[in-house]
Amino acid sequence: MTSNLLVYLIALPLFGSAILMLAGRRSDKWGHLFATALSASSFGVGLYLFSQMLSRSGGNRAVTQNLFSWISVGTFQVNAGLMLDQLSICFVLLITGVGTLIHIYSIAYMSHDLDRRRFFSYLNFFIAAMLLLVLGDSYLNLYVGWEGVGLASYLLIGFWNQKPTYATAAKKAFVANRVGDLGLSLAIMISFATLGTVSFAGVKAHAGQASTASLTAIGIMLLVAATGKSAQFPLQAWLGDAMAGPTPVSALIHAATMVTAGVYLIVRSNFIFDAAPTAQLLVAIIGAITLLFGAVIGMAKDDIKKALAASTMSQIGYMILGAGLGPVGYAFAIMHLLTHGFFKAGMFLGAGSVMHGMDDEVNMRRYGGLRKFMPITFATFGLGYLAIIGVPPFAGFYSKDKIIEVAFNMGGIKGVTLGGAAMLGAAITAFYMTRVVVMTFAGNKRWDEKAHPHESPAMMWIPMVLLAVGSVASGFIFTHGNSLVNWLAPVVAPNPEHHSEMLKPAVVSIMALVAVLIGIGIAIMKYLRKDVPVVAPENVSIFTKIARRDLLQDDFNEAVFMRPGQKLTQGLVVADKALIDGAVRGVARMTVGTGSTLRNTQTGFVRSYAMWILLGAIGLIAAIWVVTL
Amino acid sequence: MNPANYLYVAALLFTIGAIGVVVRRNAIVVFMCIELMLNAANLAFVTFARINGNLDGQVMAFFTMVVAACEVVVGLAIIVTIYRSRRSASVDDASLLKR
Repeated sequence: MTSNLLVYLIALPLFGSAILMLAGRRSDKWGHLFATALSASSFGVGLYLFSQMLSRSGGNRAVTQNLFSWISVGTFQVNAGLMLDQLSICFVLLITGVGTLIHIYSIAYMSHDLDRRRFFSYLNFFIAAMLLLVLGDSYLNLYVGWEGVGLASYLLIGFWNQKPTYATAAKKAFVANRVGDLGLSLAIMISFATLGTVSFAGVKAHAGQASTASLTAIGIMLLVAATGKSAQFPLQAWLGDAMAGPTPVSALIHAATMVTAGVYLIVRSNFIFDAAPTAQLLVAIIGAITLLFGAVIGMAKDDIKKALAASTMSQIGYMILGAGLGPVGYAFAIMHLLTHGFFKAGMFLGAGSVMHGMDDEVNMRRYGGLRKFMPITFATFGLGYLAIIGVPPFAGFYSKDKIIEVAFNMGGIKGVTLGGAAMLGAAITAFYMTRVVVMTFAGNKRWDEKAHPHESPAMMWIPMVLLAVGSVASGFIFTHGNSLVNWLAPVVAPNPEHHSEMLKPAVVSIMALVAVLIGIGIAIMKYLRKDVPVVAPENVSIFTKIARRDLLQDDFNEAVFMRPGQKLTQGLVVADKALIDGAVRGVARMTVGTGSTLRNTQTGFVRSYAMWILLGAIGLIAAIWVVTL
Repeated sequence: MNPANYLYVAALLFTIGAIGVVVRRNAIVVFMCIELMLNAANLAFVTFARINGNLDGQVMAFFTMVVAACEVVVGLAIIVTIYRSRRSASVDDASLLKR
């Protein structure tokens, strides 16, 4: 099936972005409304395509649109084509839906910012790039969107680039992403070298003929790409600093959509990972490491946005773990991605609402007792909280428990390790999220006399309420009658044979609930029963100190990559000065020296010129005499 | 008489002229030395005509005289102009092009 509508999904927000950038200050008055309208119309197109999709049967739901022939070199043909299938539509609706809500929220949140129009132009650009990422029908088209969202992320993290630390944070995110992007470009190159094609359909068709080694190489490179974009170990260090951006950006880009692009990439490349078990296992291991890594960092952060960022890292770890579990896990990874998109975006918007009411204070130690002052924020944040820790019947319960269950059911030492890590992660998640909620909304107030906490305007809380509804209902909708699994089946082809279950779903759920209750219990004992000190205590264990420093990831990067890199650069500068510049300067000096020596012959005296002429004539005659002799 | 002797005289005159151009500073003297070299060449041409028994060299000598006459006209004019502006006929003083 082809459809001419696909391009409008991308073109509408791209058009909005271009108009706002080109019109400049003239569009200050209406720019935000224009951008929001275009994002909403893109959502409308998405809904229309979705409804059309629903009316067709499972096998032929995917639609494509060929835009133009992009690269045509010999046998290498790449068309700029779009493909909307069951997997893409999930993302399209998430990106445009949550994106539109966040546009609406930003109208109020950024109302005092002089640069609001520029902000909306970037947001629209992000939506367009992200849609291109999920709609591209080849790795190369995906790559364009992949770089586009990286650029949008950079621009938006550094939106307040008048603060040098924010500009540095943007640069850090960009550099970390470049490392991942290198992985993606290498994957594309290996794919072209071994399979001769880079389109999803082509790679899928030819994957069977390629050697396992080359598929493993492609898989590992794709994983590197995913770790960069999705803030997974060992490229996760940028996400915490990315919270320098405005809060709606953190909600949209660094929680709901862009950081999940790595999960999309892995699930989209399921045919590669299914044929390369080593790479697939590596995906699961990276996911398990990151989900614990992020959770541990989350326990130690006092900055509400950084705590949520660590939680995002951890939840994406769950998704990557799910995607690394093979055909049984893909659908649950996507399910967790979608539910996470709702509840995490909702919580970030809640955090933004708290900051809005507290004069941009982000330190949770200076909050406390805010539930009386911000009842709607508290309610929506609380629903998101219940969803993320996995309390039934909220969304996270369905998606996260499924991943834990599938991990356990992998069987053997692998299943126990991965499942155990996921279970432990659930307990830690419950602990640190309870900590966030308790420190922010419960207890006694710890803020200054100057702060006047108040509820945010309706334009901000309506999107929060809608996302909270999603946090409550989405899990049930996705699992009701296995709807999402069946929906995605044509794309990810789940294993028909049923695995021998090590643990019954009910057992896993009960175990997870017990773990969650333990986490909540410890957090309540620690933060509700006792007063929270306004200044973070210094006499803490070495583990807490390490966790506060992001588990030394920055220190590691600095010691292993940055310092030697600087030394290398300094060495190169010296070598450049001595060798390259030396050679160039040497040539110049030689020319000047020769010239000034020769200049001495130019005395300006007629007799000396006459002398030279005479000598020349004598030399000429001598030469003729010698030749004719 | 051996015509070679004329050539010796011509060579001698040319050498005197060349040395004069190189060592003397007065523009008039330098100029006269140039004339000397031209006439040495003329003498050599005429001698060669005599040796070879044809008129080629003599014709060439007439050409040289014409060129020498023109040269004198232009050269003296330049020297006089330089003298008027600089009150000196020394060729070493006229080294403006170097600076």
